[in-house]
Amino acid sequence: MSQQQTITPTDTAGNPPAVNASEFLTFRLGNEEYGIDILKVQEIRGYDAITQIANSPEFIKGVVNLRGVIVPIIDMRIKFKLGTVEYDQFTVVIILNVSDRVMGIVVDGVSDVIRLDMEQVRATPEFGSVIDTKYIMGLGTIDERMLILVNIEKLMASDDMGLIDHALN
Amino acid sequence: MSADLEQFYEVFFEESSELLAEMETCLLGLDISSPDPEDLNAIFRAAHSIKGGAGTFGFTDMTEMTHMLESLLDKLRKGEIEIRPEMIDAFLRAGDVIKGQLGAHRGDGEADVAVAAEVGNELKLFSEQADIASAEQKEASKPPRSEEHQIQATNNTIPVAEETPSMASKTEAARFIIAFSSNGVNPKSMENLFSSLEAFGKLEKLLLSDEEQLCKLRLTTGACEEDVWEALAFVVDPSQLTIEKDLQHEPSSPAVGNNIATEPINSTVSENSEKATIDNPAQLKQSEAPYGFFPGAPAAPGDAENTEKNETVSQLPADCNTSAKPNNPQPGSKQPKSNTPSSESSSIRVSIEKVDQMINLVGELVITQAMLTQTASEVDPVLYEKLNSGMNQLERNTRDLQEAVMSIRMLPINFVFSRYPRVVRDVAAKLDKKVELKTVGEGTELDKGLIEKIADPLTHLVRNSLDHGIESPEKRIAAGKMAKGTITLRAFHQGGNIVIEVGDDGAGLNREKIMTKAKERSIAVHEGMSDQEVWMLIFEPGFSTAEQVTDVSGRGVGMDVVKRNIQSMGGRVEIDSVFGVGTRITIRLPLTLAILDGLSVAVGDQMFIVPLTYITESLQARSTDIKTVGGVGRVVHVRGDYLPVIALHEVFNIKPDSTNIEDGILVILDTEGHKAAMFVDALIGQHQVVIKSLEKNYRRVVGVSGATIMGDGKVALILDSAGLVMASQNISM
Repeated sequence: MSQQQTITPTDTAGNPPAVNASEFLTFRLGNEEYGIDILKVQEIRGYDAITQIANSPEFIKGVVNLRGVIVPIIDMRIKFKLGTVEYDQFTVVIILNVSDRVMGIVVDGVSDVIRLDMEQVRATPEFGSVIDTKYIMGLGTIDERMLILVNIEKLMASDDMGLIDHALN
Repeated sequence: MSADLEQFYEVFFEESSELLAEMETCLLGLDISSPDPEDLNAIFRAAHSIKGGAGTFGFTDMTEMTHMLESLLDKLRKGEIEIRPEMIDAFLRAGDVIKGQLGAHRGDGEADVAVAAEVGNELKLFSEQADIASAEQKEASKPPRSEEHQIQATNNTIPVAEETPSMASKTEAARFIIAFSSNGVNPKSMENLFSSLEAFGKLEKLLLSDEEQLCKLRLTTGACEEDVWEALAFVVDPSQLTIEKDLQHEPSSPAVGNNIATEPINSTVSENSEKATIDNPAQLKQSEAPYGFFPGAPAAPGDAENTEKNETVSQLPADCNTSAKPNNPQPGSKQPKSNTPSSESSSIRVSIEKVDQMINLVGELVITQAMLTQTASEVDPVLYEKLNSGMNQLERNTRDLQEAVMSIRMLPINFVFSRYPRVVRDVAAKLDKKVELKTVGEGTELDKGLIEKIADPLTHLVRNSLDHGIESPEKRIAAGKMAKGTITLRAFHQGGNIVIEVGDDGAGLNREKIMTKAKERSIAVHEGMSDQEVWMLIFEPGFSTAEQVTDVSGRGVGMDVVKRNIQSMGGRVEIDSVFGVGTRITIRLPLTLAILDGLSVAVGDQMFIVPLTYITESLQARSTDIKTVGGVGRVVHVRGDYLPVIALHEVFNIKPDSTNIEDGILVILDTEGHKAAMFVDALIGQHQVVIKSLEKNYRRVVGVSGATIMGDGKVALILDSAGLVMASQNISM
């Protein structure tokens, strides 16, 4: 499972069959720019009215009420130790819809939606990083920028995040 | 099979299950000494509808079984044979067989062919016996009847002849012009059709053209339009079929005072409904697609009230003229049948997801409304008077809307109770006991989810009452009781709960026996236990005082399951029993699964909801009441009991306002007999909260059973009181 460096961006589960390009929502964490499959994103909203959950890891900020649905919020900045952890009116939460679950991630800022061709995606070299390379689909390049393409579904479902009771599944 | 057809299958399966249930209820309610013809008709109709549907889908096994059922029922209906208790049994068993077959077609389980054949033979036997028995009767009764027919027939051979008043009063003959396209109908079924139509009365073939394949018939008959329609509908495409009253030749019968009064009502009903369904083939075809798979099924249920009866009978196959014929020669007496706008027809079938979605949306609306109200309360009430009055109105309307939407999920408990007459009947017969089942408060409503879940525990309790509660007739008489025992099912609302009682006037629980048994099973008991506590022992796993294990009960599985099921629904069980007099088991359930009565408590800046069912009291402890055990564990002295203290801020790692127990509040929790005092900062208020799942998008959190959304839109966690108490006492769940 960890040898997926050559994986194509369109290879995530549930995506339309391999087209040579896909769209990514890009966001910043510290100085790094990340991209996630736009189809996994439900909406983007502000950060407010969070209810803490006892005895949960620090990066799980708690749950919010998203139009009647209880949604856990994960602060990626804490999880990956990137950026400054501050909560104000500019804090952005990306609501994801992955593996039939709804969850929100707090990031430093949402940049834009980028269309990437296959040629623009490079394989991830093996290196030690806060994000295990098995969750990285590849590195995208646009002009001078490097985009870290994250397989968000796999990341969120992973044991590291502790969001899903694997015992139940 | 195509997806379209599958959709109709589903409708058929559901309708059939309902019809079967209805049939069973009618059967059980049937007074054998003087059966109500309406009941017999209802049973017949149910069997008939199932047969029609099964025929449409080619489920031959079901068609055969229902056909046999129907033939026998028909004889009963016509009064050719007397109903006997054995027949009811056979009918019930036939119902079971059909249920099995239905299940098999649905894809779960196999239909038991052997049983089907056995029951089939039994039905046939009854039917044949009836034939023999009625043969002699017929000898006496038939001749005049057929004569009447003849008179009627001869009279009507003169096509334009005016009906003499006296004749009309006798037969109430009506003429129908029947037109249909015989396209695609094979000659043999046409012949069958004609012969079955002739059975109704005089049939004239007005036009029978081979090229256009159009058939025009005039039928003069004493039967009503609906019977004719149903006979035809099986052979001819209903959309191609028109039946009209031949108004020109409408028998005018001014002299028949009495019959006139009833006749017009009857004919308008059937005529109107016919018009609606038949005269407009296009509309019919359209409406046919989404709703009925039965030929001639009507438009939207809303306007179908009148036609409902017509359709249900319209699945009559043409070869089954037995059922069409029997309709009483007195059209007036048919009136109740075509007029029965029973509740079934005034309902629509909606998927539960849609309802739940609606409940969710309304919940959202309520929250939004609460937020608006809060914002609006901050503005100057003088300047914004209109806004304020508008807000008030909005609040009222949203509350009403919420109540209305919630009530959609509510069903009368009769949905559960109605299955017990059968259980009681069967089990009582098996045990040779005489038992009467009384139900009180069948109309009490509760959530559909609960209805489904309560059925199994209740069945257990009823069977237990039958087996252990009610004594055999001999014992009862010896004890000076009536030979016939009574089991009472009662349901009523009490506060925010629904209370369901299963009571019997049987032997009652035997304290000594339970104590001995408990000691044998090394359950901690002592003589000082209250009766209540002793009775609760029967809910222990594996506990049974039955000397003999029967297939009804006695294995000791059941009561613990009952208790667990009820607790999982957020309910409680209590037992009252007097030895020799009877036992009453009381179940208390919240009204819905989705809503919970809770007390909101604050710890630091957080709010939690504690389910009210677990709270016995809240108090402010004096420092003298608080003791420590081994320097660590704290207990509080409440009314002579030492209760462990659960400090919520410790459990959840929250910074509380104060760690001093005297400064806060102790909420005494009682779960399954284990008590504990929960220490919180403050009590906030009592709410009815909508339970939302935390696990849907997150995982299980220790000490938390769910979440809810408060009036300000924030999420509050619902405490898992039982889990907290158990954890505090190191008891594994």
